[in-house]
Amino acid sequence: MRLLTHNMLASNVRGATTGYPLTLEATKWCTKEVELNADFIRGLLPKIDWRALVDATRALGLPELLPEEQPPEEEIFAEGAADVEGSAIRRIHHALLEVHVQEGSLVCPDTSRCFPINKGIPNMMLHEDEV
Amino acid sequence: MPRPEFQAPPDVFYNESEARKYTTSSRIIEIQSRISERALELLALPNDGVPKMLLDIGCGSGLSGETLTEHGHHWIGYDISKSMLDVALERETEGDLLLADMGQGLGLRPGVIDGAISISAVQWLCNADKSSHDPRLRLKAFFGSLYRCLARGARAVLQFYADNVKQSEMIVTAAMRAGFAGGVVVDWPHSSKAKKSYLVLTCGPPSVNTSLPKGKGENGEMCSDDDDNESSDEDGDRTVGIYERNRPKKRQKTKKNGKGKDWLLKKKEQMRRRGHDVPADTKYTGRKRKSYF
Repeated sequence: MRLLTHNMLASNVRGATTGYPLTLEATKWCTKEVELNADFIRGLLPKIDWRALVDATRALGLPELLPEEQPPEEEIFAEGAADVEGSAIRRIHHALLEVHVQEGSLVCPDTSRCFPINKGIPNMMLHEDEV
Repeated sequence: MPRPEFQAPPDVFYNESEARKYTTSSRIIEIQSRISERALELLALPNDGVPKMLLDIGCGSGLSGETLTEHGHHWIGYDISKSMLDVALERETEGDLLLADMGQGLGLRPGVIDGAISISAVQWLCNADKSSHDPRLRLKAFFGSLYRCLARGARAVLQFYADNVKQSEMIVTAAMRAGFAGGVVVDWPHSSKAKKSYLVLTCGPPSVNTSLPKGKGENGEMCSDDDDNESSDEDGDRTVGIYERNRPKKRQKTKKNGKGKDWLLKKKEQMRRRGHDVPADTKYTGRKRKSYF
């Protein structure tokens, strides 16, 4: 599961008010390289919950990857920024699309229900009494 | 062969052997990818080369997702069968996979998804596989959560096989109640096997771009040979069309004892679980006629 998916996922257990953001607990994760597409990131960025994304990277033990506050758009999409190693857009791209959580769990913030992640697939199935 | 929906619940039916069969059959792969191509076409994404964030509901082993990847989009796949997802992992699909039941809602933040496709999955919601399942509530939960997670103006294209008119009505009504605009597009309506129904939904109020696209082969043209592969079996026995009245009558099978009370009660229970109106069981149910009747 990529952090992009984690950023969009909410729990719908009965009793959860928003069920967002799910607390990420990862025991194993890996990275896979993906080609950077600035237009995709540009369309995506307004939909990203920055706070949740930063918290997720912290949970993976990458406190340096993203700054506390979202950098201004001009800085992210500056001319040629995509080719500079370590630029804001590269870091965001890396965090969203290249980090894959393999094993761990997602915890609902409202009900503390735990959704296990096995082989990169979160198990979001609810029991009958939780629907 | 009856449709898989009538055999077992999806998480049971698509076990390891069935999942493997599904993904190694070149015929199924071809049909699946052709349907997903068509679904993507109906999705009518803007042609600007920017990748989109899509959903594949009932992604199974990721056959339909592969089409999305080929067009450069990112996707999240939902499926209820663990074995199917394991095969998807083996095939190293690009999208993220989630083990979830669509009848329980998708569980996504509002307005983040640019479009959704679903290949042969929605009809599973019409079945009540557990005593706690109510098809209407499950359809409502599914379409409600789909409506919420889609961005305004985004589309969803859901290909489905309805068993009868009532079922397809139930699905469409549930979608409209959730707030979607749109309707059903039928490709090859005159062919029994190549016929495919797509529920094309647009998020938000009706406008110019919510008008329905035309189905293929609506004006009576038959699908070309190229498109007809799926209706002819591998051994090549193509059927020749016969006028209905010239067709030889099938001889009716006559069983001596009829089907019996147990069979009848079982059938009634089944229909009840699917949400049909069924008369109550009484002492008159399935009783024998008097011999002089």
